[in-house]
Order: sequence, then structure tokens, then C-alpha cells
Amino acid sequence: MPKTDSLQGSLDLLVLKILSRRPRLHGYAIMTAIKDGSGEVLRAEEGSLYPALHRMEEAGWIRAEWIVKDTGRRARMYELTAAGKKQLSAEESRWQAVTSAVNRVLRTV
Amino acid sequence: MSLWSRIVNVVRGDGLSREIDEELQSHIAEAIEQGREPSEAGAAFGSALRRREESRDIRLLPWLDSLRADAVFGWRQLAKKKVTSAAAILSLALAIGACTGAFRLIDALLLRPLPVANPERLYALAREAFYDGKMQSFDQWAYPSFQLMRAAAKDQAELIAVSYGDRTDLTYKADSEMEKAVVQYVSGWMFGTFGLRPALGRLLAENDDLKPHASPYAVLSYDYWRRRFGQDPKVIGRTFRMGDDLYEIVGVGPAPFTGTETGTVTDVFVPAMMHPGAIHDDWTWHRTLAQLKAGVAVGPLRAKLDATSHAFEEERAKGFTGMSKEFIDAFLGQKLVLEPAAAGASNLQNEYHRSLIALGVLVALVLLIACANVANLMTAQAASRAREMALRVSIGAGRLRLVQLVLVESAILALLAGAMGGVFAWWSAPFVVSMINPPDNPVRLDLPADWRVLGFGLALTLGVMLLFGLMPALRASAVKPASALRGGEDRHTRRRTMHALIAAQVAFCFLILFVAGLFAATFERLSDRPTGFSADRLLLLHTVAQREEAPVFWDQVAEHLRTVPGVEAVALAGWPLLDGNGWNGFISVNGAPPGPDLAYYLAVSPGWVGTMRIPFIDGRDFRPGETAPGVAIVNETFAKEFFKGENPIGQSFAKTGELPCKVVGVVRDAPYRNVREPILPSVYVPIRRTDTHGAVEPMRGATFIVRTASANPMALASILRREVPRVRPEFRVNNIRTQADLVRAQTVRERVLAMLALFFAAVALLLAAVGLYGVLDYSVLQRRREIGIRMAIGAPAGSIAGLVTVEIFAMVLVGALAGVALGMASVRYIEALLYHVKPAEPAMLLLPSCTILAAALLAALPAVFHAVRIDPVAMLRSE
Repeated sequence: MPKTDSLQGSLDLLVLKILSRRPRLHGYAIMTAIKDGSGEVLRAEEGSLYPALHRMEEAGWIRAEWIVKDTGRRARMYELTAAGKKQLSAEESRWQAVTSAVNRVLRTV
Repeated sequence: MSLWSRIVNVVRGDGLSREIDEELQSHIAEAIEQGREPSEAGAAFGSALRRREESRDIRLLPWLDSLRADAVFGWRQLAKKKVTSAAAILSLALAIGACTGAFRLIDALLLRPLPVANPERLYALAREAFYDGKMQSFDQWAYPSFQLMRAAAKDQAELIAVSYGDRTDLTYKADSEMEKAVVQYVSGWMFGTFGLRPALGRLLAENDDLKPHASPYAVLSYDYWRRRFGQDPKVIGRTFRMGDDLYEIVGVGPAPFTGTETGTVTDVFVPAMMHPGAIHDDWTWHRTLAQLKAGVAVGPLRAKLDATSHAFEEERAKGFTGMSKEFIDAFLGQKLVLEPAAAGASNLQNEYHRSLIALGVLVALVLLIACANVANLMTAQAASRAREMALRVSIGAGRLRLVQLVLVESAILALLAGAMGGVFAWWSAPFVVSMINPPDNPVRLDLPADWRVLGFGLALTLGVMLLFGLMPALRASAVKPASALRGGEDRHTRRRTMHALIAAQVAFCFLILFVAGLFAATFERLSDRPTGFSADRLLLLHTVAQREEAPVFWDQVAEHLRTVPGVEAVALAGWPLLDGNGWNGFISVNGAPPGPDLAYYLAVSPGWVGTMRIPFIDGRDFRPGETAPGVAIVNETFAKEFFKGENPIGQSFAKTGELPCKVVGVVRDAPYRNVREPILPSVYVPIRRTDTHGAVEPMRGATFIVRTASANPMALASILRREVPRVRPEFRVNNIRTQADLVRAQTVRERVLAMLALFFAAVALLLAAVGLYGVLDYSVLQRRREIGIRMAIGAPAGSIAGLVTVEIFAMVLVGALAGVALGMASVRYIEALLYHVKPAEPAMLLLPSCTILAAALLAALPAVFHAVRIDPVAMLRSE
């Protein structure tokens, strides 16, 4: 199956969900989590992941912090904020509504 | 939070870029660690620069960031050329400051609405009539006439009587502690009509103003309460004496309200009916204001008031005896007008509004000249930056972005200039007010630096920025990269604009010089006008007695003053010449009916003519004991006008309603009220007056005219002030001035106007010359290749000089001609400010022309030197 970047506007949802389960991840870890969690079906390109992260950070849904890892390298870790939790549940229910609507159409046609 | 963090990110733009880069780098490093190929990991990101820009734009405000970048770039551009930038900023600052200062004055005097309810519905009543061959306006009214008009207009408007704010003597405790305060008689209902609330106690009301001389109550202005009483609340109920009346203070007005007379801050308000003139129908002593009710049209109200006023005067004219029919017709031909008075009504406004507007126009022209200079500077700079602009366009900069780039640079210039101009305006407006301030009657003009002034300054700065920055900006953005980078840019349009600007500068500069010349000539001619008396070393002691005193006591004081060391001569007069007071009447010669011309009277003691050093032409001085009416001394003009060349000595004439008097002397002309008007026919009569029964009348106040020995008469002021009550304790000096001050005060407006106009003329000339120099220098720089070639093939220096200057001088000529036209067109607006100066006089036109030509020559010299010293060999080699 070809790897696809067509996350169809669900990138925010995935990032928020991942961060809600596993606080404090850096960009690479989030990217890996999307890939692994979707069984390598979904893939977030670096080119869209970082602008999305920065956008959500500006929106106040996530916050970032520099840490020094054991290897001595600095990394920017992201975690969910209270506003982000609210946004996540909103996005989740929107996603549910959309998928169930799509399923309904698929069933009836 | 988000907007703020984005603004913060703009400020730390470089740090932000670093942070984004580091995060992306750490991502790549992580990927490599996880076993990816380094090249593949890097390539996954695509263009790192693009990623960074994308993230940057999300995390900050892109427009603000580009603005910041342009500001930094613009600042560097300006800092690179320190001298030119500083010159541009300074000239703009001076011009913006002068404009803002002028606006502050105009706003404070003419525009700012009074702090009262519905100021836009406030009007002042005046009468216009044709006198002395020109339309004149009078704003004084008689109280009985006012009462009739008020009743007639009851349904459409509330009429309010307000006297002229006058510095008056009043005493709170002992008579020895007499002090001055600005007292205004106002209709009691004024406060209610204006919707004012007391700061303390109560304000005057309709009830306080029903019967003549019935309600001696006073309201203090907030300003006076603060200055004189330190805001003591116990001031309510205190009394003061003014004239013969004891007034009780009942309240303090609201802080913002300082009376309706802009330029005077009223201290004490008393009811109009307390004024002694309230019952006289021939005593005009107050202004009449009308607060129109909502929705009332001015036209019909004016007609109604006019009819009422006319009927009143018609009734009064029936009592005129012996007047010619022409005079009565002219008198009744007055037309009532309603003038908007939202900003109050005052003499300061009448006297200065034209001057201020003329000054405002002058400084606005200076600002335009400064703008033209900076525009030329920016255009020249834009030329040298054409390649840079072309490069920016070719690598993808948008046109708007380029406009922004250049405009931001202009904005920095304008804002710096605006800030400095603000400081200048802050200082200059009060300075101008202080210059027109006579020391004994200070002008108090509120000059707040509030949002009106600030808004004006900002709008001006913005306008200035667009004026000089927009064209270079648009031109820069319209650059055609292909031709600019090839170096063949179209220089001719650019030079044409610069030349047009030079012509405009010269035209404006000429106009300023021309007007300044007119003002200067006016001042010179006015101050050179002979006064007919000698004001040197004359001290004037305005003296009052507690109650009316017999003339013999006044003589005793004069006699005592003569014994004070340093006093040469002492005389007594009703008031000094040129202090603005007037007393006039119609004259009937040898029992004939009186003519339409007024003669002006002044009561003087024997010896007054000698003390003033007015030469006698014929006859003699008054003798001690001579009284009025009975004898008179007249001036030359009087003799000419009323005796038609006959010898007036021994002839008799009478003022209407008085006994005749015999002319005993004729003296040389001296100005009576002011030095601007033609000499008035004047009559000097003995200060001793007898009533109809022949008894000598006592006097309340008069002025001792003291000629001192020392060059500075003021040195004797405090001694004489003490000596007067030593003879008669009930006499008090309430004001001391010098005659020279009075003469100087006559020309204050002209002096200030001439001074300011000359100052701005100098600034305009300097700016225009600098501008000319800049443009010439630039054009030599642009054409150095051409000049080099011409020199190489043998052109003489003279032809090179002609080459670089001829176009510019053609422009100067065009500008000067336009300036003459402008000057001629503008003259009718300032004619009222001129004195015996004909704008079409050759000198008035020649002087500015020569000055501008000389300045232009001077400005052209460096460029010409520069041009003829171009070394053709070096030049051609370098190209």
C-alpha cells in the first residue's frame, strides 16, 4: 500500500491525540508515532508537521519546551495544554460525526 | 496571548529563526540516529529556508516583521547619510513644529468650542454699518435695547449680555489692599443657559438679574478661586468692595469655564444689572450672545432681532436734536448680524484672527518648501538606488513591498521630524502669546496640548510623509528591472519632477518673502509715524480716590509730586493719549447745527500740553482756574475741519448738549486713540468741570502725567506710588505705565507679525537655497559623463556653467513669476493688516526677487565649480 500524506485535515487531531496519551514528545517522535500507530498507513511529512505544530503552539493548544537529552542534544518537547484538551475533544467528535456520516453514505448507496 | 507572543517574536526575529533552525536540525539528527541515511533525512525537509520561513510566518505577524525589517533597513539608509538626513529632519521638524504651533494658537483662539452646552448654537450679535467709507462692525449694545431683543426672541433663543472682561480694582479687607481682578458683568441666566454646574455654592440665576442694582452677588471663576484663595471653601459668604458696592461671593464656577471672552480668563462674574449702564439707553457696554433653541433657523431670528433693534434706535433718534438727516439715516441704516460664537467672542479674536491665519498660511508654505526639499532628496536617492530596486524586483519582491520599503524610510524621517516639531510647537505657541502680551493686561489664552493638537500634529506628519515619500516610492516600485540593470534608466522624467518642485519652491518662497516684506514695511512705517508728542521719560500714574474729590485736592497731589527729586513736570489728564479710551461728540460751530463728524475730547490740566511737549501753533495754554465748558484748545485737524482755514482763536463752538466754549489755543496734531487711524479732530478741555449751576464737579479718577529726569521713568514708579497717598490718604495709584509702553503697545501686532514673518522668510529662503543646491549638485553628478565629453572636445568653462544652470534658472524665473502672481492674488486677504503699504510698489516686488536671485546664485556656485573642475580624462576613463 502506498504511503500517503493525505491525512485529510486530521493531522491536528492525530497530533493532539498522541500528545494526550504520551505527554512530552518531540517532533520526530510524533512523526514516528503517527507512522507506527497507523500501521505505516499514515505518514506526516516533515514539511507539514512542523508548521502544524507551530500553528497549534501559537493557538495555545500545545506548548513547547527545550530539554537536553541524555545524548547531550537539545530537543523541543511538546505537550498538551488545557485548551488543547478541549480542542481535542471537539476535533474528536467532529471526526466521529464525519466518519459516521461517510459510513452512512457508503452503506446506503 | 497569541497576538502578544507573535508581536514579541517580531522583536526577537533573529532568535526565532535560530530556534526554528535548531528544532529542524535536531529532527534530522534524531532521524539519523534512528538509522536513516543523512542525505535522505535532510532531503525530507525540502528547502530548509522555506521550512523556516513557513514556521516563522506562523509564529509571528508577517506584515509586522516585514515592517520591522524595512525600518531597520531604512534607518541604516538614513544613518549612512548623516548630514543630509539630519538636514532633512531638522527642516521638516521646524516646519511641522511651526505649523503645529500655529494650529495650537488658531485652535485655542478661533476654533475650540467653549465648554458650554451646545456651543454650536451660540451666536454673537453685531451691527454693521458703512462709516468712513468702509463697512464696520460694532458688537457693543445698550442694555435697554438688549432687554427688548431678549423679549422679542424669547421663543427662539436665549439672549445673554456679557460685558467686556475688564481689570477692575476691588478690595477684600482694607482699602490699602486694593487688587485687580478681571470682572465681567453677565446675565444671571447665562450659567443656566450654558448648562454649567457650580464647583462650590451656587451660580447666578435669573433672579439675580431682574432689577437694576439690586443683587450685589458674585461668582468666582474656578481659576481665580484656586489662584487667589487656594480653593478655600470658606470663601462663600465673603464680601468685597468694587466701586461703591459691596458684593457677596455666592459660589465658584466649574473649572473648565473661564468666561466667553477667549484670551481673557474672567476672575469674577457679577450680574449684568449691577452695571451702572444697565439703565441708560445711550450707553453701549456689553456684547450680546444668543443661544439658539434646537431647530431654530438663523435667518428669521436675525430679521426679528434686527427689527427690534431698529425700532429701539428709531425711538432714540427722535431725541436727537440738531443732527443732519444724512447722519440719522446712516445711523439707522445699521444692519444686525448673527456671527457664530462657538469659540467665544473677544477682542483678541477680532484683532488677531487675520494675523494668525496669515501666519498659518506662511508656515504651511514653509512646510511645503521643506517637503519639496525632502522629496527631491528622496528622488535623488531613489535614482542612485535604482539598481538595488531593480534587483529586488527581479528576485521576486512585489511592487507593494517596494512601496512599503521606501515609505517606511520616509515615515522614519517624518516621525523623527514630527517628534522634534512637537517639542518646538510646545515651546513656540506660548512664546508667541507672551510676545503679544501687554504687561498690565496679560492675555491668558488656554493652550492645552490635548488630542486636538496631537491629532493635528500626527495627521500633519502623516500627510507630510505621503507628500514627500509617495512619489519616490511609487517611482521606485515602477522600476523596470531590465532597463535599470542595464544602466539606461530614464533620467529625464526624474529631472523634470525635480525641476517642477524647484519652481514651486521658488514660487512659495517668493510669496513668503513678499508678504514678510509687506509686514515689515507696515511695522516700519507705523513705528516711524510721528506721534506729535514726546513719549520719552513719561510716567503715567492712574490714580483713583475712594470717593469723588474736589479738583483742588488733585492739584495738591500734583503739586507735591513736582517736589519729588527726579520729577521734571507733572500734569493731570482724564486718561493718557493712546490708551484706547475715547470721549466724543458732535460739534456745532457758532450756533450752527452740528455736522456728521465726531470730535474727540480729552480733559487736561494747565501745563499738560507742555508736559507732553506738543507744540503750540497759536494761542495759549489754559490758566489755573479755567473750567470746562468755557475754553478749549484744539488740534490742527480740528481747526481745518470745523473752521475751514479761518483762524480759530477766539471763535466758539459747542458739543451737542453742552454750553459753548471759546478756542484759546491751537496745537499740533497728535494721535488720540491709536496710531493707525488718521488724526482725529481733537479738543482739549480743562479737567475742572462745572455743572449746570456753575459749581466745580469733584473727580473720582484721573492720570498724573509725570515727566522724569532719568532715562528710565519706571525707576521712580515705586517712590511716586508711595508719595501720592502721603498727601491725601484717600488717593491711590492703581496702575503705573510709561507712555513709551503705550506707544509700543500700538504696534505689538505689527511687530510680532513682521518678526515672525521675517523669521519664516529666512527659513524659507534657506530651505529653498539648500534645495536648489541639492538639485544642481545632483544634476551635475548625473551628467558628469556628458560634461566630461563636452570638455574633452573643447567646451569652455562658461558654456559648461551655462549648461548646468540654465534649466534651473529658467525654473527659478518661472517660480518667481508664479510667486508674483500668487502674491498679487493674496494681497486682498492681508490688506487689513497693512498700513500705508502699497503691495504693487516696485520695492515690495523687487526686494524679494533680488533676494531670491542672490540666494539662487549662491546656491548654484558649488555645483558650477564642481562641474567645471571635472577632469575629462579621469571621468572618461572611469566610465
